[in-house]
Amino acid sequence: MEGYSRKDVGCPQLLDLIPKEKEWLVKSAEETNHGLSEEKKLELRLGPPGGDWTFKQINGPKNESLLSFGFFPNTTAGATTTSAPTPWQHQAKASFFPLMEKKSCRTVELQGAEKKAFSPANKAVPNSSNAQKRTAPAPVVGWPPIRSFRKNLANGNSSKLSSESQSVVPDKDFSKKPIENCPKSRFVKINMDGVPIGRKVDLKAFNSYEKLSSAVDELFRGLLAAQSDSSTNGIENELEEEKVISGLLNGSGEYTLVYEDNEGDRMLVGDVPWDMFVSTVKRLRVLKSSELPMLSCGSKPGKLSLDGSI
Amino acid sequence: MSEDEELPDLVGGSTRSSNSTAVSGGGDQNYVSPSPDQVLENVIENVLYFLTSRHDRNAASLVCKSWYHAEALTRSELFIGNCYSVSPCRVTNRFKLIKAIAIKGKPRFSDFSLLPPDWGAHFAPWLRAMAVSYRALEKVYLKRMCVSDEDLAIAAHSFPILKELVLVCCEGFGTDGLAIVARECRHIRVLELVDSDITDDEVDWISCFPDDVTCLESLIFDCVESPINFEALERLVARSPSLKKLRLNSYISIRQLYCLMIRAPQLTHLGTGSFSTLEIVAQGEQEPDYISAFAACKSLICLSGFKDINPEYLSAIYPVCGNLTSLNLSYANISAEQLKPVICQCHKLQTFWALDSVSDEGLQAVSAACKDLRELRVFPVEALEDAEGPVSEVGLLAISEGCRKLQSILYFCQRMTNAAVVAMSKNCPDLVVFRLCIMGRHRPDHVTGEPMDEGFGAIVKNCKKLTRLAVSGLLTDRAFNYIGQYGKLLRTLSVAFAGNTDLGLKYLLEGCPKLLKLEIRDSPFGDSALFAGLHHYYNMRFMWLSSCKVTRHGCEEVARQLPGLVVEVIALNEEDKETNEYVDTMYLYRSLDRPRADAPRMMVRPPLIVGKALYKYKAGLPLAGLKISRSPCGSMYLSS
Repeated sequence: MEGYSRKDVGCPQLLDLIPKEKEWLVKSAEETNHGLSEEKKLELRLGPPGGDWTFKQINGPKNESLLSFGFFPNTTAGATTTSAPTPWQHQAKASFFPLMEKKSCRTVELQGAEKKAFSPANKAVPNSSNAQKRTAPAPVVGWPPIRSFRKNLANGNSSKLSSESQSVVPDKDFSKKPIENCPKSRFVKINMDGVPIGRKVDLKAFNSYEKLSSAVDELFRGLLAAQSDSSTNGIENELEEEKVISGLLNGSGEYTLVYEDNEGDRMLVGDVPWDMFVSTVKRLRVLKSSELPMLSCGSKPGKLSLDGSI
Repeated sequence: MSEDEELPDLVGGSTRSSNSTAVSGGGDQNYVSPSPDQVLENVIENVLYFLTSRHDRNAASLVCKSWYHAEALTRSELFIGNCYSVSPCRVTNRFKLIKAIAIKGKPRFSDFSLLPPDWGAHFAPWLRAMAVSYRALEKVYLKRMCVSDEDLAIAAHSFPILKELVLVCCEGFGTDGLAIVARECRHIRVLELVDSDITDDEVDWISCFPDDVTCLESLIFDCVESPINFEALERLVARSPSLKKLRLNSYISIRQLYCLMIRAPQLTHLGTGSFSTLEIVAQGEQEPDYISAFAACKSLICLSGFKDINPEYLSAIYPVCGNLTSLNLSYANISAEQLKPVICQCHKLQTFWALDSVSDEGLQAVSAACKDLRELRVFPVEALEDAEGPVSEVGLLAISEGCRKLQSILYFCQRMTNAAVVAMSKNCPDLVVFRLCIMGRHRPDHVTGEPMDEGFGAIVKNCKKLTRLAVSGLLTDRAFNYIGQYGKLLRTLSVAFAGNTDLGLKYLLEGCPKLLKLEIRDSPFGDSALFAGLHHYYNMRFMWLSSCKVTRHGCEEVARQLPGLVVEVIALNEEDKETNEYVDTMYLYRSLDRPRADAPRMMVRPPLIVGKALYKYKAGLPLAGLKISRSPCGSMYLSS
């Protein structure tokens, strides 16, 4: 995902796809069906040879079945070859095999975008990945049972002398932080106009903008109602009385969902593929649509011209 | 027994036969003897006051109704082992005087990404109930719960005399929430954040503590992965004369640690932060005298941190080694050579955590020096299945021979032998916790090629006090036979990639009467094994089976037969109605109330909850035909 920015590609076709997610899915269904169209092949873009893997990242029922049978031949094979004989695996019934494949599928879901990024790359370069694996079985979620903050300690040891330290301000050198390949949560802060206390959402719980939008609606619906009617005891409210917050993604509602990415830019939510969004988003904000500035026609499509912190 | 016989006859002249059936309280109008219930309550309230163990209190509450009521009025500490086993309403209706509460949420396997995110275990419904009923709450302990910043704000407002807040393995909040706690909880003595996922909201929460002298005794924030305003921290430590426990995060350099230590020589527990230099230092600038700072801490008994250690600085801790009872080097990637000069001075050490970088040789040094060792944990530097692994049966054997008082061990390794495990079972009869993780799946004894059955068998047989066990390596049903046969005190068992047939699980469920928590993954146990535990599930806190061979039909059958259980099922394919499909995860637990309504609907694969009238819902859709209401205490429930 690093260094990969669809924002930089100013192709008109992208604007056509924004912001309706259905169109993304339709487009991806076309493209995952046996290769890419000629048009796509001719497009200039960044990416691994052999195809645009970002489109294949979008989740949906169709694509997940694709994932389970098409994308992990290596994983499936790897999972059944273990170094020591395992009596019960050999006795496994035929129905057990689908379980293994689906487990790989679930492995993908739980480990998030980063893992998905690697698998098609493996597919493109099968020889080296097999060489890496040696006789080891495919990695399994949550094994060995080490919590994430205890991982990757091989990088952590610093025998640096003081003069080698980079930062000027007494500050931690980020390169020394243990690298987390598959964090189990991805909490980002989300604030809403008119609600003093922000919330946190775990983006790992969603796989699409629609689900995120619904969750935001649920999160803030009660709070908004409580804010607007201060005499009401929020606990006693029936859920039906609260107004649904809709139209967050397409500008049609009273509120619009925006986010600040890792470069500090404020973006409309929904512009980029979901997984890229998850990896670059730093915080979310729900703004009143009436306060949104017009989209600037600058170099970055979707970027809001208004500067200023969230 | 007649009360009349003891009453003075104030009326006089009345003909009463002391042998006849007496009417209680008869014969005298002015004296009203207390009713039997009242006497009983007075006695119990005065006796119960001294009963602190929850097990004793639970037993007392079962004697009869008046004991139940008296106990409920006098219990002040509450322990909820599974937040979904009982509704907050039921708790606040029964207990009126709670001052301290401990609540545990997600099952332990959630630490290893085996639970979907946003699964549940929210603090909010508990908070809502307690904000009304327990305004005098002083202590809150939460483990594996989802806590939001808003929750922390509400807690700070609702519990004006909150003294202790301990959050272990929690998530969902950030430095925003910490700022609110620091600012609003004027009586906070203990603020401990352990192994929690805390977002960096770029808030200087340390500055939010009130400016006057604080009553802080414990401030633990080593898991907070965000920069700290050091000057504010220094001032805070300076105005916290009662501070005994301070654990810093990895953003604190060793120079900053020095400044803090000289302000707080009274510390008993210290987490050192990075233990390396993070700043740019001018050429030729004098290093602080770290050794003298440690020497000044005469009360220091527990040392941890070393999150980013520069091993050259390790010698600074020599002055305190002789007093240490606990040393945690589990983030320090150091070799045996670097460990030896430290450990050989730690004669009083009872708890030692390290990385396997110290290798078997380092463990031999531990064994030689730490004769009083009670707890050992060895974590892997590389948590991979096919790494080389610097520790092995050699280290385990050495420890067993030198540390005879060992009670608890967690040992990650790549290779092991039955002989070493058997030796430990004989050398360390006091073992209560034995957790061995051979990281390669299905690895046999690497010398004999045999399964690890005999080793674990010896542990359960010889360690008569064993209550917690985690097994690994190549294991057949025979290992489970041993456990069922000998593990009569076993309460917690963790199994992964083990066993051959349903017999394995049957041995456990039929043989271990005290089994409370059972977590199993990737083992070939199916429905018939599941049914073998029907007699026991009500005695358990939970059972977890993932990637085993239980089917949805099996889960539903258990739920049907045991209405007091909630059975949560995470199936891979929600659309598939086939009940003979293996479920991916089954998590069952006893519950006094309806199945929870807060299971996530927005996630990709929400868990299906079966049991008690089989409440079900479809992925992604609101609960059709069912209304979600809130009870007066705020908890959500379903009604049709």
